[in-house]
Amino acid sequence: MSLRNIATVYRKEMIDSLRDRRTLISMVVIPVLLMPLMTIGIGAVSLRLLRRAQKEAPRVMILGGSDSPRVLRSLAGLPAMQFAPASADYAQQISNKELRAAVRIPDGFDNAIETGEPARVDILYYEGEIMSEIAAGRLESFFKDLRQRTVEERLTARNLSANLIRPFEVARENVAPAAKAGAAAFAGLIPYLVILLCLTGAMYPAMDLTAGEKERGTMETILTSPVSRTHLVLGKFLTVLTASIATAALAVASMGISARYARYLLGDVPPEAAAQFHMVIDPKAVAAVFAMVLPIAVLFSAVLLAISVFAKSYKEAQSYISPLMIVVILPAVASVLPGVELNTRLALIPILNTSLVSKEIVSGTYHWNYIALIFGSSCCYAALALFAAVKLFQREDVLFRS
Amino acid sequence: MIEARQLTKTFRDKKRGEIRAVDGVSFRCSPGQIYGLLGANGAGKTTTLRMLATLIEPTSGTGVVAGYDVVRDPEKVRCSVGFLSTATALYARLSALEMVQYFGRLYGLSEETLRRRIDEIFARLEMNEFRDRRCDRLSTGMKQKTSIARTLVHDPPVMIFDEPTSGLDVMTSRTIIAFIRECRERGKTVIFSTHVMSEAEKLCDNIGIIHGGRLLEEGTVADLRARHGPGDLEDIFVRVVDGLGGPAVAESGSAERRPAEYPS
Repeated sequence: MSLRNIATVYRKEMIDSLRDRRTLISMVVIPVLLMPLMTIGIGAVSLRLLRRAQKEAPRVMILGGSDSPRVLRSLAGLPAMQFAPASADYAQQISNKELRAAVRIPDGFDNAIETGEPARVDILYYEGEIMSEIAAGRLESFFKDLRQRTVEERLTARNLSANLIRPFEVARENVAPAAKAGAAAFAGLIPYLVILLCLTGAMYPAMDLTAGEKERGTMETILTSPVSRTHLVLGKFLTVLTASIATAALAVASMGISARYARYLLGDVPPEAAAQFHMVIDPKAVAAVFAMVLPIAVLFSAVLLAISVFAKSYKEAQSYISPLMIVVILPAVASVLPGVELNTRLALIPILNTSLVSKEIVSGTYHWNYIALIFGSSCCYAALALFAAVKLFQREDVLFRS
Repeated sequence: MIEARQLTKTFRDKKRGEIRAVDGVSFRCSPGQIYGLLGANGAGKTTTLRMLATLIEPTSGTGVVAGYDVVRDPEKVRCSVGFLSTATALYARLSALEMVQYFGRLYGLSEETLRRRIDEIFARLEMNEFRDRRCDRLSTGMKQKTSIARTLVHDPPVMIFDEPTSGLDVMTSRTIIAFIRECRERGKTVIFSTHVMSEAEKLCDNIGIIHGGRLLEEGTVADLRARHGPGDLEDIFVRVVDGLGGPAVAESGSAERRPAEYPS
């Protein structure tokens, strides 16, 4: 009888929710359309920027060096560079992005190289601005090459081996599978998106099924039926949970499909950017992430229900729930920050823990201890929230709050 | 059969402290009778009826509805009651049929019984023409019929009507009044609250005058007239309430009486 009642409520609420345009948009339209837009759209834009940056011949300015014709000549020979005439407002021009970088050559630089006097070349650029970084990088590597050649010439002149100043080499080599290394940037985003969509997908039905019912006067109607308040809230909860999971699942499916076709749409990806555009994700990892996110979806659904059953109207519920978005986004964002690594303490912080462990799972690392701890703690939080929602639903001062 | 036994409900309000919305109300209504609860806005009618329909729990006292105690057996009470008020709205996105089916299932009817009951009720209330139309696209009259069908689907022995005609036009009100009479003819126990005196005078076998949460007077219209002098029910009502030392409409200024009952 009790299960039958929960099922009856669930069936009715699902029909009702699927006929609600707002729920439908947040549950189906947004994830299905947003994800391809994000993967392909952002991919296309960043690829275009990258290509343009590489194609552009950056404008640079040489300051000083009039008494060093040799270095000026070899600088002028640099391919894909435009040289602007020297002017005193170079800093202003760099800030205005009219100029990508400037290089200050000290007086008597050619001479200093020959005589072995110390000298210092300054490269002036706009930190964090990609075009400027590229121009400055090229200038820097030009001078590093020149320095290397100078050292080698000096050693040869003294009949010494080049190994004298370079007794051994240091090299870095990536041993992680290509998919793992490549997916890292993209992968960090997936759990974050799944968590966020679990929240947004649950929001509208949660408000509609509680505060919305109070506002429309159907709450009193349903309370006159013999269905117990516990069964009623459980039926509603299952509806909200379904919406939450469906939203995330649709988003991931849509993202998977769009990532698969992204490469055809985006065309050739430059090799240095390939890692960021490597969007193939193991379906097993996605399934594991979903399993981890399940208690979070329960937590969200229960918390949203509890908050919105307390509200008198849809509007009041919205004003309580908007700040909640930030509370959820913060830990999810924190997990994407570089250097935030899982530890036992972080494993107990809801949302952040799931976000972190999911990031690891997507990149192919399974820390079983943490997975168990996080799943367990998330289940506890979820159970607490559900308990609170059920308790709140028993209180007549909450149900009839108007 | 409905019996209220010293029903009392107090609410806590931040500004006004403890409010006794209903204070020791007792009355009795037998099958085949209509009991009218008459009172101004804020008198405690809705709270009394909500306690009898087990929407809210009494602070003290109890009630017996169709043989079940409202405090001990609220679910059984709800199974035996059809509750209709202007506050009990319909699900806008369900059709009239889906609405009634939903409640029928919650009342535990088998699919077979449910189908039979719906066919019967929809035919009687002439609802078949709009049975598949969504509730938000129904006229007020159609909505009222759907609400009536919802209260009848489980064939309850007890009907509770809380100001069922408030805010309705004359034609729709008449449908409701006719329906209440029909309930009595079918031997149901009917309790009915209103602040429209003429309605009460026409319909009720017994009348209880409630004011400030207390039941001040009770009896047939003839009894009341014998005790409080001639005139229509309105005159009697005013005299009864005035006897308490204050005008009946002291609190009736606001149309939003229900919010006042549940302090936020």
